[in-house]
Amino acid sequence: MEKYVCNICGYVYDPAKGDPDNGVAPGTAFKDLPESWVCPDCGATVDEFEKAE
Amino acid sequence: MKKFFKAQQVSPNVWWVGAIDWNVRNFHGYLTDRGSTYNAFLIIDEKITLVDTVKAPFADEMLARISSVIDPEKIDYIISNHAEPDHSGALPAAVAAIKPEKIFTSAAGAKTLNLYYGDLGYTAVKTGDSVDLGNGKCAFVDTKMLHWPDSMVTYYDRDKLLFSQDAFGMHLACSKLWADENPWSVMEYEVRKYFANILNLYSEKVIALLDSLPGLGLDIEVILPDHGPLWRKDLDKIIQLYRDCALQAPVPRAVVVYATMWGSTKVCAEAFADGVRSKGVEVETADLLVNDRSNIMTKVAGAGLIAFGAPTMNNQVYPAMADIMNYIKGLRIKNKIAFAFGSCGWSGEGAKQIAALFDELKLEQPLPMKQVKYMPQSNETEEFFNAGAELAEKLLEKINNK
Ligand SMILES: [Fe+2]
Ligand SMILES: [Fe+2]
Repeated sequence: MEKYVCNICGYVYDPAKGDPDNGVAPGTAFKDLPESWVCPDCGATVDEFEKAE
Repeated sequence: MKKFFKAQQVSPNVWWVGAIDWNVRNFHGYLTDRGSTYNAFLIIDEKITLVDTVKAPFADEMLARISSVIDPEKIDYIISNHAEPDHSGALPAAVAAIKPEKIFTSAAGAKTLNLYYGDLGYTAVKTGDSVDLGNGKCAFVDTKMLHWPDSMVTYYDRDKLLFSQDAFGMHLACSKLWADENPWSVMEYEVRKYFANILNLYSEKVIALLDSLPGLGLDIEVILPDHGPLWRKDLDKIIQLYRDCALQAPVPRAVVVYATMWGSTKVCAEAFADGVRSKGVEVETADLLVNDRSNIMTKVAGAGLIAFGAPTMNNQVYPAMADIMNYIKGLRIKNKIAFAFGSCGWSGEGAKQIAALFDELKLEQPLPMKQVKYMPQSNETEEFFNAGAELAEKLLEKINNK
C-alpha cells in the first residue's frame, strides 16, 4: 500500500502504521481513511495529500 | 519625515537592521508585557542580502537602519525565512525601496507571500539548496511547521551564523542586543513563555530538528532569531533549554487555574493549593479573570501537576475556562498529573467537561473529578486539601521513579 505525504507539513501517512491515536487501524489504505480524518500534525484535510515518491 | 535609526553590527559581515516595538502589549493575543523586537539582518557580501523584514508599521525604521550601512538599492537579494506578517509585513515596502534581483523563500513561503502581498517575484528553495553570495553562501534548511508550513532557516557560512526565524526567539524589547548582556532569568522565562505559547504543539518536531542538527554539518557559532536578543555564547544552553521545553518532562511544581463567580470554586482552589504546599511542592493559584491566557499557558507548561476548576454557567463550563481549555488543547500539553474540579448549583457540566478534556489529552487523573454544590462545606474543603496533598505526593513519586 502506498504512502501519502502532507503538502502542508510533510507528515507521511503510512498505511502499515495507520493512525491509531486518531482511530485509524494499521493496514488502512489512504483511500479508506474516514472523511473526517485530518493530518495529525497540522490539521490539513486529505486533499492536501499527495502520493509519496 | 526621515527617521533616524542606526544598524548594529553583529559579525564581521552582518548587521542587525530590525525594529524595536517597545510598547506592543498584545501580540495576536499573547501578552507581550516586555514588548518585542522584529529582527532583520543585512549581509554585506558581493551579493548584498537582507534576511527577513519587520512588521509593516516598522518598515521605515528598518529602511533607516539599512540606510545607515548602505543605500537600500544596492541590496541584491532578500531571504524570507517566515511568511508571518510580523516578519514579512514590511516586504512590499522593502521590495519597493530595494528592487531586489531575487527573493528567496520556501515553496510554501512563495504561496503564502503571494496571498498576502501578490507576486513580488519569489524564488522557492528547499533543504540542500544554497545561494552563493560571492565570499560566503547561504544554505537553506526547511523547518516546516516550526511553526508555519513556510518556516525555514538560513545558514551563512562565512560568519557561521544561523538565521533561525522564530526559533530560539522571545518577545522582549531591549536595548542590549545579545542574550548574554541580559539577565539569564529573564531570557529563560521569556523563551519558555514563547515556546509554551507558539511551539508547544510541535514539541516532537522540535526534538527531531534538534536531533538532526549535528548531521547537517553546520558549524554554528551564532544564532540570530527574529524576536528578542541574539545568541553568541553558550549555545548549548539555549539548545538544552529548547529540548527541556519540548520534552515536557514532569517538574515539581503545581498550578491551580480557576474561575469563580461567587467565590466557591476559589475556596476549593485555595484548599487544594494549600494541600500541595503542605507536601513541599511549589504551587501557585491563578484566577482566569485576572490572568492573561498566555501567562496561564506559561504556568501550565512549567508545572508537573495542574488543577483546573470552574463553575458551571448555562449548563456549560464557565466561559473563561472554556477559553483556556480550547487554548491548551490546541497547544497539546502532555505528561502532567491533572485534577478537574468545580462548583455548581444543579447541573454541573463544568468540572465534567474539564475532566473530559484531560482524558482527551491523555493526562493522568489519579483522582476523579470533584464538584461541590453551591458552597463547599468544611468537610469538602478538607477533602480538597487532602486531594492537593495526595496529588503532590503522586507528582514527587512520578519524578523520583523516572
Ligand atoms: Fe511566526
Ligand atoms: Fe514571529
